Amino acid sequence: MNNKPNDNQASNRVVSRRALILGGVQLSFMGILGLRMRFMQVEQADQFRLLAEENRVNLRLIPPVRGLIYDRFGDIIAENEQNYRVVMVREDVDDIEATIARLARLVELNPDDLDRATKELKRRSPFVPVTIADRLNWEDFSEIAVNAPALPGVTTEVGSSRHYPQGADFAHVIGYVGPVSDYDLGKLEDPDPLLQIPKFQIGKVGVETKLESKLRGRAGTLRIEVNSAGRVMRELDRRPGIPGDNLQLTVDAMLQNFVQARIGNDSAAAVVMDVNNGDVLAIGSAPSFDPNKFVRGISVADYADLTENEFRPLANKSIQGAYPPGSTFKMVTALAGLEAGVINQEERIFCGGYKQLGNRRFHCWRRGGHGKVPLMEAIFQSCDVFFYETAERVGIENITKMANKLGLGIRHDLPMSAIHSGITPTKAWKRDWASKAEDRTASWLVGDSLNAGIGQGFVLTSPLQLAVMSARIASGKAVVPRLIKTINGIETDILETAELDINPVHLKAVRDGMIAVSNKQRGTAFRSRIIEEGMQMAGKTGTSQVRNITAAERARGVTRNRDLPWNRRDHALFVAFAPHAAPKIAVSVVVEHGGGGSTAAAPIARDIVLQALFKGLPPLTAYPSSQRGTIQELHENLELRDPTEVSDSRLKI
Amino acid sequence: MSYLEYRMRTVPTGLRKILYMNWPLVILVTAVACIGFLMLYSVAGGSYLPWAEPQMKRFALGMVMMFAVAMVPIWFWRNIAGLAYGLSLFLLILVEYIGVTGMGAQRWIDLGFMRLQPSELGKITLVMALAAYYDWLNIEKTSRPQWVLLPVIMILVPTFLVLKQPDLGTAILMGAGGGIMMFLAGVHWIYFAIVIILGIAAVWIVLATRGTEYQLLNDYQYRRIDTFIDPANDPLGAGYHITQSKIALGSGGWTGRGFMQGTQSRLNFLPEKHTDFIFTTLAEEFGFIGAISLLTLYGLILFFCITSALQNRDRFGALITLGVGVTFFLFFAVNMSMVMGLAPVVGVPLPLVSWGGTAMLVLLGAFGLAHSAHVHRPREKR
Repeated sequence: MNNKPNDNQASNRVVSRRALILGGVQLSFMGILGLRMRFMQVEQADQFRLLAEENRVNLRLIPPVRGLIYDRFGDIIAENEQNYRVVMVREDVDDIEATIARLARLVELNPDDLDRATKELKRRSPFVPVTIADRLNWEDFSEIAVNAPALPGVTTEVGSSRHYPQGADFAHVIGYVGPVSDYDLGKLEDPDPLLQIPKFQIGKVGVETKLESKLRGRAGTLRIEVNSAGRVMRELDRRPGIPGDNLQLTVDAMLQNFVQARIGNDSAAAVVMDVNNGDVLAIGSAPSFDPNKFVRGISVADYADLTENEFRPLANKSIQGAYPPGSTFKMVTALAGLEAGVINQEERIFCGGYKQLGNRRFHCWRRGGHGKVPLMEAIFQSCDVFFYETAERVGIENITKMANKLGLGIRHDLPMSAIHSGITPTKAWKRDWASKAEDRTASWLVGDSLNAGIGQGFVLTSPLQLAVMSARIASGKAVVPRLIKTINGIETDILETAELDINPVHLKAVRDGMIAVSNKQRGTAFRSRIIEEGMQMAGKTGTSQVRNITAAERARGVTRNRDLPWNRRDHALFVAFAPHAAPKIAVSVVVEHGGGGSTAAAPIARDIVLQALFKGLPPLTAYPSSQRGTIQELHENLELRDPTEVSDSRLKI
Repeated sequence: MSYLEYRMRTVPTGLRKILYMNWPLVILVTAVACIGFLMLYSVAGGSYLPWAEPQMKRFALGMVMMFAVAMVPIWFWRNIAGLAYGLSLFLLILVEYIGVTGMGAQRWIDLGFMRLQPSELGKITLVMALAAYYDWLNIEKTSRPQWVLLPVIMILVPTFLVLKQPDLGTAILMGAGGGIMMFLAGVHWIYFAIVIILGIAAVWIVLATRGTEYQLLNDYQYRRIDTFIDPANDPLGAGYHITQSKIALGSGGWTGRGFMQGTQSRLNFLPEKHTDFIFTTLAEEFGFIGAISLLTLYGLILFFCITSALQNRDRFGALITLGVGVTFFLFFAVNMSMVMGLAPVVGVPLPLVSWGGTAMLVLLGAFGLAHSAHVHRPREKR
């Protein structure tokens, strides 16, 4: 062991020198640290401040209040309902199972929902509220709210969801809303961030979807401070959204209710229009369904009931249905003939029960024929041969031109889903149609024109188009249907109501024929006449075949409708306008496979006309005295809505 | 090695020793610790619990220990340096078997009242052992290869044990601390030049073997290197810590956001906000002024260590004082570089500020050694 060299000068010099070197190195390193701090905290401070702000602040969307929908008089059709739910926050719950059990004693819990909720509780962060029960009624909701102290972690929330107080009446008109699906998201080019909100509802069908952009409104924003786990620490500021526009339909809810009730038992459609401005006053399709079920999420069983029903409740037959118009098309053929000059009002055409064309016979509905009939009689007796002859003379192109002029074969752009344009055939159309299948004849045959002349063959029309047709015949103006009356209180444009390019004399001739249909002794709808002075309607029956009648069947006698299976029976149609002296409304009624137009459709049309003109149930005195008993019974059996029921949510106009 | 060598008569005795302690150092250490309490109070959201209050108790205990160590003559510490070194090696081996691992690093032995981290203890006992070694070694022999090899082994054994834990941060601190001790003792430049060249080569080999079956570091350690080079490539994964830490630091600006107003720490964006990353909270809430003040306090502590060592003509005393300073310097230099994005994230706490029992006690104990050296230094006359 060396002698203690502690005081050795050499040793100390070395240590001191190196200590100073080390001190210098340390000092310069601290200098670097100081400079780095300065660089980050002074030079780059703004940039980092911004990043910190982005970290801290989260933007949340506040769903806007969806626009309400009213009828033309301010009756509420679609409203937003308070939706009471119960949510659970996992971190505040001591024992999830026990709490749910306690909750189940207070309110009824859906096992499926519960299953989903417990899974979600385990998956999500402990502070995220998970919905346990949805759409509670006020009693259950308050029960839970009162018992909240005994249920730690369970809280109640109020949300908003769509409700249709008029239920099935407007299901086909305004449709319904539902949660955003992946399909919806895929369809949209630039999806609104609102759509990403879980359970956000958008329009799926009808007005709700067609006017989605107006109804939705704009989202509000909520700036909140969050921590790194996403937990909300506090609210920084809130900018309320812009509520959606309120809509007012042209539809009269009372009349709509009556229409739905009146056609409710059949598979039918009916449209009521204002002949002067085109306002759609009622547009019904039966059977209907409860749209509220779709908002809540329809059960598989309920949905199957709707899809498997032979009467197709989900189809909106008034615009999506396309039917051969049958005899209701005869006004078109008549006007085409008159305008072309191939027939006139006086000329009588002989009907011997059929028209011979080569080796084919085109039969009139009356086997024995009508004899020599002029136009007026041909319309009110609905003579087929007269119109076969007219059609042969005037040709299909003229007929189609006239049909289009009267609103058939044209797409009327109402804000509704899957509107059918109908078919008004031309020679070009047939070539195109024939090219789609091998066994079809491409050339236009005279027989095709004859069939088209009485609204059979290729011609297809929707009930809406038929209503437009009768409105145009009644007013002589090119009225265009309108469904939306106001958007946010501002009246929408009434589309062109120019005079039709048809000689008024010819229109009057056709109208006279229609007046006779339901007012003259031998008219096809005489039984459905109105006797109230000044309210009489003009109309036209239609019975369109959905099957071919073979020569053999004709020889042994045509099978009666009631002996056929339902879906082979004839469609029953009726178009009308009233009052015939000064038309206000036009009506079309189609009863699918209803049998005869005069028996199945005309009585419905008459009831609708009277309801519309009287703005309520008509007095029995409006009906022929012999029918008043059955009418009274019918009125009593109608399930109408109490008109005072929704009065408290009326729009103030 | 007799204590007579220390000229007993010139050394203060009894409680008078307290007067002869390095008081500026005591005050500075207390000041830094108080900053620590303040920050722990702030990161707990304005609460003494769970961190500030226990930290204060530990600091009080540590101060008692510091004074106690300071009272004991420095030659006693020199004499037990080898024993202490041996004991800490034993504990480092023991912790491999009975230790508890927390957060993937830093093994400890649970003593019931506290968690002892042998690696923290090892840092200071290594400094003691090296100081004693060079005190014993003839100055002429300092640079002879065989006398260089022995301290290298003394450094590498505990460093290796710590690296196995695996605690890269402490291992780096230990290796660097030991190396600097050798530098201070006067080992020839050429050795350090060789080590630096070998170090660069080693880094190259470490990086080159990545992904092969000979890869030398764990995957997570490689990821830390990646993250250091470009934190932005994994902002929510491994780069999250460093990115958030830089945001916190930078957003402080000149004067900071104010006490308890730091959003990054208060909203939990900062990782390890009460331990390794506590400096970022300070920088966020007190800005550049706060951060540079802490750095200045640290600088002053170093200054008083070095001046004390320069006054000390006892080789062991000077070396232990410098060694304590070096250990302290490495702590804060590595920690600050790390949170500012100048160095990879290796778990090194901010000395006297970060939450942590063993580090606090060991550091205060180490300052006790420096005080002891100061009190018991050889004096020309009274």
